[in-house]
Amino acid sequence: MADLFKGYKGNALEVLKKYKIRVWSDAVVSTTRGEFAGIVLPRAENDDDLHIVLKMVTGYNVGILVNTITNMIEEGYKEANYKIPEKEFPYSAEKPNVKLFGTGGTIASRLDYRTGAVIPAFSPGELYGAVPELADICNMTTEKLFAVFSENMGPQEYITLAKCIGKEIENGIDGIVVGHGTDTMHHTAAALSFMVQDAPIPIIMVGSQRSSDRPSSDAALNLIHATKAAAESDIAEVMVCMFGPTSDEYGLLHSGVRVRKMHSSYRSTFRTIGDTPIATIDKDKIVHIKDNFKPRRKDRDVKILPYFEEKVAIVYYYPNMQPDIIDSLIANGYKGIVIAGTGLGHVNKSIYPAIERATAKGIAIYMTVQTLWGYVHMFVYDTGRDLMAMGIIPADNMLPEVAYIKLGWALGQTDDLEKVKEIMLTPISDEITEREPYNGYLIFQGGIPEMEAYLKRIHK
Amino acid sequence: MSETFDTVANFHATKKEVEYVDFETAKEADYNKIGFKCGLEVHQQLRTEKKLFCRCPASTYQKIDEYDAEVVRHMRPTLSELGEYDGTALMEFRTRKNITYRLKNETTCTYEIDDTPPFKINTEALKIAIQISLLAKQSVVGELHIIRKQYLDGSIPAGFQRTGIIGIEGEIPLKNKTIRLIQLSIEEDSAREISDIGHERVYRTDRLGMPLIETVTYPEMLTPQEAAEACQYLRFLVRSTGNVYTGIGAARQDVNVSVTGGTRVEIKGVAHIKWIPLLTHNEAYRQVALLKIKEKLNASIKPDDWKMNVVELDYSKLTSSTHFVIKAKDENKKLIAVNLPNFKGILSYFTQPGQMFSNEIADRLKVIGCLEHPNMLSSEMPRPEFFFADGDYIRKALNAGENDAQIIFWTDEYDRQIATETIEERCLMAFDGVPNETRKGLPDGTTIFERVLPGADRMYPDTDSAPIRIPEEWIEEIRQTLPHDVSDEMKTLTEWQVPECAWTYILRNNLMMMIRRINYETDVPFNFIAKLFSYDLNHLEVKFHHLVILLSQKYWVCSAS
Repeated sequence: MADLFKGYKGNALEVLKKYKIRVWSDAVVSTTRGEFAGIVLPRAENDDDLHIVLKMVTGYNVGILVNTITNMIEEGYKEANYKIPEKEFPYSAEKPNVKLFGTGGTIASRLDYRTGAVIPAFSPGELYGAVPELADICNMTTEKLFAVFSENMGPQEYITLAKCIGKEIENGIDGIVVGHGTDTMHHTAAALSFMVQDAPIPIIMVGSQRSSDRPSSDAALNLIHATKAAAESDIAEVMVCMFGPTSDEYGLLHSGVRVRKMHSSYRSTFRTIGDTPIATIDKDKIVHIKDNFKPRRKDRDVKILPYFEEKVAIVYYYPNMQPDIIDSLIANGYKGIVIAGTGLGHVNKSIYPAIERATAKGIAIYMTVQTLWGYVHMFVYDTGRDLMAMGIIPADNMLPEVAYIKLGWALGQTDDLEKVKEIMLTPISDEITEREPYNGYLIFQGGIPEMEAYLKRIHK
Repeated sequence: MSETFDTVANFHATKKEVEYVDFETAKEADYNKIGFKCGLEVHQQLRTEKKLFCRCPASTYQKIDEYDAEVVRHMRPTLSELGEYDGTALMEFRTRKNITYRLKNETTCTYEIDDTPPFKINTEALKIAIQISLLAKQSVVGELHIIRKQYLDGSIPAGFQRTGIIGIEGEIPLKNKTIRLIQLSIEEDSAREISDIGHERVYRTDRLGMPLIETVTYPEMLTPQEAAEACQYLRFLVRSTGNVYTGIGAARQDVNVSVTGGTRVEIKGVAHIKWIPLLTHNEAYRQVALLKIKEKLNASIKPDDWKMNVVELDYSKLTSSTHFVIKAKDENKKLIAVNLPNFKGILSYFTQPGQMFSNEIADRLKVIGCLEHPNMLSSEMPRPEFFFADGDYIRKALNAGENDAQIIFWTDEYDRQIATETIEERCLMAFDGVPNETRKGLPDGTTIFERVLPGADRMYPDTDSAPIRIPEEWIEEIRQTLPHDVSDEMKTLTEWQVPECAWTYILRNNLMMMIRRINYETDVPFNFIAKLFSYDLNHLEVKFHHLVILLSQKYWVCSAS
């Protein structure tokens, strides 16, 4: 019964029932503000109970205030059935085989009437229908592993994904693409970098900043770039492939352990921190920026290490932080803490006792920097030396999120803190680098004449 | 067989066949005979300080070469809410344009280039839109739902315009009848085009995102003059609020025209009301001509049997020295000849004053095929030198028949297929009559092809915004601020014995409150003040244009207080 009135509640529901009007009715509504005609649409769950939504013949939607309604008449019934047209993805024996794993996110999405937001849709046929260029690059198969937004990705998903990738490599696939929401793409990229080691093929993570239901979406171009990287590139690493500039020009291939989402909405949101990206990619070519990457191999050897300890936290330090923050982690049985400290890796004196209590309990504590760029240097000031004496271990230039993932992964393998330390400080990929190139830190300042002249010359 | 077709004679003969009536001599009966129908979509910028969905200043403009950065976008068609692709969208995708936006920091933030979701709607704009909706006696919605209306031409970097219905129905009175309104929407203005050459289209983003309303009438105007009158009334109506921008580009109208048996064709962006009558007149007769062509073609061949033949010509076998061909050869372009069966006499068929059917093809080649004018030669050109010399070779290469017509165009390999398809598509459309399209009005009163007319499939709910409530209190509050109804003001002017020829100036410049106030303060008769404004001030305005515009804007401020 409730299904007849999808999403309507309270006053609006009463009015619909009173006039015997259901969702998808083609209705004429008389109100004190005049007469309206159209199809009654479902109502998003979080919207109020004071309005009924109509789709008019012009394609526009309008909301009608229920307490102005004087009459409603059903003149017909027309249920919408939204479906992306499916076309069979063509196969050709000469082309490389690429597997696309879906986790959710906005690579292909459609409207959800329940929430009014977009939900993911996904199959080779749908993708081919929307982005036919993919068939020029490879033979593609897809597998939907989860349908979650990226904020709901976690250890269980990382583990499933790692195992599935391992199986695909064993079965002889030439490249892997993982479609992912962008918010936590860099967490998952780090997790895969640690869980899937020495893969012989590229593993490319991709998403979009503008959903594919808009004409200017970056989804199609990102997907084309990612697929090309998976199919053709000689870089056998876990990488994130997203827009370089906000213009539709080229993408960047970032190391999965040095990449970070740096803007809440820009297309060019992903940046490599403290290093350069590995390569640029466009529809025609892949151009290496770095040459010390792991090359593609013909063998099928890969190490899958699907471990994760969930009792790990990041603590983002702020002035006047109270010790109870740390104490509550101790009380709740946490086994690892990554601190994002100020400057070279500092926290204030008032939490020292709590830190001592934590290390005494055998909690592994690692220091990273909230400046994101640069190394932890704990010998420079007394504070740093005090903290190290208390057992905090500096994590060099590991990004806080990467350190969090790595610590969870390390503690998932062993409780021996010495072993954990060895795992943490031995780079598996580039999560810790020996040197920071001068062009690894570039945040341009707008307004400066040279910069403005440069901006006018390039495509932002 | 090298004698050429008498294009000029055919053009005049077909003009007669269409029974084209000159605009100056056309009577109401002529329009009734062809079933002339016209509707309007009137766009008006609202006078607000900031843009509709972001906090950039409204009405601050940049010069063509004045910009701080450029962003490049390509548009891809997407599915509508009901799972369909829109026709225009697919056409725009085929044109493969690189769209460059020139941004000025002062007028553009990350919202305009679609790098950030919309901010809260500008309440000031919303209230003005409601005010105008109430003035037009509309039913105001309870909740504003923002919809995305797709535009793939690049005029909006997002690929869609955010728009929503404020009110529906309503009416405006003309001298002899009432015209009903379909709806009034609030929307964001588009970017201004700088250039469109080949595959490169350039826009500036200063105007982009300014609050705009669009008032849509039913197609109830039955003569070109009625269309202009309705447009004039709507202009008086919006200006009577004192809350809209005036000046070049602040008000623009799209005019929909159809005739019996024809199709709705939209003439986009008509900047001056005085252009409407001639544009709609010519468009109506263009449709009549296309219907005649339809009749002719269908009588001679079935569309299913109609097959276009295409060959690449060999430069070495050409004898003529037409400079287009020499240039094409120099640029290493391919010279493509097409045979159009049974199109003899059709290519030079009259469509508009100074234009014939082959123009319809050439314009589409420019817009869809990205081939710049002049982009083709045909066997029915007004000056057929090329065909005179090489007609035999071309016809033989194409295996052409006696009743066929031929087109030659030059292109690089990249554009060849789309261009060929474009010619074929337009010719096949001729069997159906009048294609659904939007056209651009030219100052001489004729129109050229602009795009395929989009349908309801390009509407999609804006998933970035929640519905916006329009409370009863607002409606009540705004009702208190409504200016006098324009039709009432017209009655008042009659009572004041102001001659009708003086009305336009007074209503266009929203001077009624000013006249009342001067009369109140000085006791000078209404009639005298009205004439002073519309004759003397009008005369001054012609002489010192900008000064008077400035002055009249000041009047609004004081007359509103």
